Order: sequence, then structure tokens, then C-alpha cells
Amino acid sequence: MNKFSLADVNLWYNDFQALKNITMDIPANMITAFIGPSGCGKSTLIKSLNRMNDLVEGCKITGNIMLDGEIIYGNIDVNLLRKRVGMVFQKPNPFPMTIYDNIAYGPRTHGIKSKFKLNEIVEKSLRDAAIWDETKDRLKKSALSLSGGQQQRLCIARALSVQPDVLLMDEPTSALDPISTSKIEELVIKLKKDYTIVIVTHNMQQAARISDNTGFFLLGELIEYGGTGQIFSVPGEKRTEDYITGRFG
Amino acid sequence: MKIAGLFKMKRRKPLDFVLFALTWICIGLTVSVLALVVGYVLINGVMYIRPSLFAFQYTVENQSLFPALVGTLMIVAMALTLSVPIGVFSAIYLVEYAKRGSRFVRIVRVTTETLAGIPSIVYGLFGFIFFGVVLGWGLSLMSGAFTVSIMILPLIMRTTEESLKAVPDAFREGSFGLGAGKLRTVGRIVLPAAMPGILAGVILAIGRIIGETAAIIFTLGNVARMPNNLFDTGRTLSAHMYALANEGTHPGEAHATAAVLLIVVILINALSSRIARLIKAS
Ligand SMILES: Nc1ncnc2c1ncn2[C@@H]1O[C@H](COP(=O)(O)OP(=O)(O)O)[C@@H](O)[C@H]1O
Ligand SMILES: [Mg+2]
Repeated sequence: MNKFSLADVNLWYNDFQALKNITMDIPANMITAFIGPSGCGKSTLIKSLNRMNDLVEGCKITGNIMLDGEIIYGNIDVNLLRKRVGMVFQKPNPFPMTIYDNIAYGPRTHGIKSKFKLNEIVEKSLRDAAIWDETKDRLKKSALSLSGGQQQRLCIARALSVQPDVLLMDEPTSALDPISTSKIEELVIKLKKDYTIVIVTHNMQQAARISDNTGFFLLGELIEYGGTGQIFSVPGEKRTEDYITGRFG
Repeated sequence: MKIAGLFKMKRRKPLDFVLFALTWICIGLTVSVLALVVGYVLINGVMYIRPSLFAFQYTVENQSLFPALVGTLMIVAMALTLSVPIGVFSAIYLVEYAKRGSRFVRIVRVTTETLAGIPSIVYGLFGFIFFGVVLGWGLSLMSGAFTVSIMILPLIMRTTEESLKAVPDAFREGSFGLGAGKLRTVGRIVLPAAMPGILAGVILAIGRIIGETAAIIFTLGNVARMPNNLFDTGRTLSAHMYALANEGTHPGEAHATAAVLLIVVILINALSSRIARLIKAS
């Protein structure tokens, strides 16, 4: 089953074309990795999946992106789209409030007021993001008191709090130490059972370790897309092979 | 730093030591100038503070500063009520809603910067003519408050703008990414994060109002009595001091008034930073 279907997606920042004719399907309940050198458009593409690009002035997009068969750049409620398609950013960005309020912010946004319900959601989200044990005694403490790796898992919990279908992760471990990174990788693999995950990564080993499918991008184009095992063992394109073996990028 | 450490540093890195010493000399100078002013005002003033200085009615004998104190607090409260909402909301519009770097934003910015640079006496003249004469409010709390509120508006707007801009975009992205709309993002995430900076601007504004004389004397007047209503004249502590110092017949009371003015400013600052801390904590 495909979660996203992209057809002929082109995207411009003013006059600069950042994405060129991207056509790809992203399957549900799998981990899809985007790899490629800096500036090739990975973040741009992942942000167009929940329309975070709408916030960028001068950004124009053509083509078709469908989520569960529904066109997302049409007449839909963007806020509901972003509720369904959650996002985790490169740098952990917890809000400057308590751990509890960080998680409760999303559900409250979507109208949940009951204290009991909120407590339940906060605990479940923190458990699902494997950070409950570290935070359960300090829910009323500022989220900024957590370490970088904990903050990132808190941000994952925050994204899970609104019960999304999809989790977009833009280089979620690039600002973290190796131990925090492996914790997040384990977590991502666990989450794939319930969520569709799209992850941008700079780290070849990471893509190879955790993803089911990998797309390789270069200068705004999707050069090659397929099963991760195949891309990493028998890449169909010379340029993919050069990148994976570290000859550029 | 321990003295021994200082000597070690002196031996190893002479330039470091010179810079270090220079910093401390500058800090010392700043603090001692401040201490000198505060000390001078308090030492000369406190001994003249008597209960009669706080009599409800001003008379030539008691030289009461109470009407001026009330006038000061009224002007501060009225001016803030007018300019804080307008200034804060304008800044929110400019930073969060208007297209960044658009012509309109640039024009508004240049205008506020120009307004901020105008000497207060010009505001006084304008207020006197517009509020006093054209609108017929005369010399009154209303004319005074409206005039100083225009005067502090650019300050409030600028500080609010700066503190909103200092809120990292990552917070906004985090909020939008959860499906929150603009209003909720601004109201629940951006504004609370910017609040300490906004309050610092308000404190600066209060300081400007309290210290103002020229614009106040032109619009509120400088009559030493309790205002009966918002369209009545009165005076503020600074204007009161100006009058006392000018007359020169009551130097003791003038000093006492200066001490009280200083204490009021310190109290208001302490109160505001307390409020800032409370807001931050909640
Ligand atoms: N807001 C923007 N305005 C203009 N150009 C942008 C903007 N964001 C990204 N770009 C450009 O688009 C290209 C792709 O950027 P990005 O998607 O961030 O790449 P990646 O995430 O693969 O490193 C880059 O050349 C970048 O300079
Ligand atoms: Mg990127």
C-alpha cells in the first residue's frame, strides 16, 4: 500500500528550481530514506509532504502529491494535514515549557481538554518514544533541562501525541552523539509498525541500517530509488555508487 | 578570581592582564558613578522626608509631593494602557503577519525610528496644540497621557519587534508542524517566549515617562494639586522637582522629593522584574 504518491513534482524558490520532476511512491509502514549531498533538495522534498513549504515566501510547487489517494496541495485543511503527517526536525526544538506541556500542546491544539485524557496521551507518547522512564518523575520540569538526545526523543513524542499516520524526520540524529543516535535508530525501527516513516539522512550507514527503501537525490533530481539492500549492494547508476562509496558528497 | 591567580596571569600573559584590569576599571567606574548619584540623592534627601510631605493637599508650608506622586502614577498607568496594546499588536503584525521585508514594513519601520528620535519637547508642543487646543482637552491628565503614550510608542514597538524576532523560527516550525494555526502559534508559543523582552521594553518606557518633564509640563501642566478627574491638570514628580528646584525656596523638600522619586523608580523596576519572573515561571 502506498502512503504517498508523487507525480512530476517540481518546486521553485523564486527562480531557483530545487526539485525536478520527482515521481515516486512511498509505501506505508516502511522506512523510506532520502540520501544525497547537501543542497540536493532532500529537506525541500520532505517539507513538501506536510506543506511546511507553505511558510517559505516565494516557494512554488507544481505536480501532484497524494496522501492516501487524496491531493494534498488542493483544497484541504493544512492544519489537519500536518496533524496526520508529523515532523521531527534536524535540531531538537522542544518548546520552552515543561515536558508535560510540550507533549500536551498538540492534543490541546486539536481540542482535547480533559485532564485525564491529556495525562493518558502524555504518558503513551513518552512511552512510545522510549523516554518515559527518564521523564516520568520530572514532567513539570522545563524540557530545556533535558540532554540533546532526550530532547530529540521528546520531540518525537510530541509528534506522536497527535496520532499521526506519518512521521517525517529531517536528519534527526545529525546533532546527536552516537549513543543517542543508536537509541533513536532503535526507536524508529520500532515505530515503523504503526507509522510510515520518511527519514532524511547524511549518514550512509544509518540509511543502510534502518531503511527499507532508499532514494538517492542529486541537484534536485531523484537519481535512483529502490530497496535499500539493492541500492547499497548493486546500485543501478554510476552516480549512486560514487556517492555511496564516498567518492563525492 | 584569587589574587594569586591574578599574579600568575600577570607573569604569563601581560596583554590578558591589561585587558582584565581595564574591564575591571570600567566596571568600577560605572558602579561608582551610579553609587555616587544614588548616595548623593538619598543622603541629602532622606533626612528631609517627613509625613507632611505626603499630605493629601499641597500647601506652601508642607510642600507635599503627594499630588505629584498620584499624578505620576496616573500618567504612567494611562499612557501604558494606551500604548502597550497598540505597540505590542503592531509589532506582532509587523513580525508575524506582514510579508517580511515588504515596502509597507519598511515604511512603518522608518517612521517609528524617526518618531523615536524626536526630542520630547516637540511631542509636548504637538500634544499641547492637538490634544489641548484642537480637541479642547486643555492642560490635563488626558492630554499628558496621550502625548507621552505617543512618545513611548516607538520604544514599545521596537523592543517588542526585537524580542519577537529573537524567538527562534524552530519554535514556530515545531508548532505549525503539529497542526497549530498562526493565531495559536503566535499566542501560545511566540508571545510567551518573547515576554521577558517585551516587559523590559515596558520598564524602559515607564522610566521615560517618569523622567519626562518638558512634554509633561506642556500638556499636563504643572499645578500642585490633586487632579479631580481625567480632564483636570496636575503635575508629576519630575515636574514637581523641576518647579521646586526652580523656585529655590525649599531646597530640603526638593532633595526629599528627589529621594522619593528615586525610590519610586526602584520600586517600579523591582515590581516589573518580579512580574517578568512570575510570567516566565507560569
Ligand atoms: N527557503 C529557501 N529559499 C531559497 N532557496 C532555498 C531555500 N531552502 C532551500 N533552498 C535551496 O534549495 C536547495 C535544496 O535545499 P535543501 O532542500 O535544504 O537541501 P538538502 O536538505 O538536501 O541539503 C539548495 O540549493 C538550497 O540553497
Ligand atoms: Mg537538509
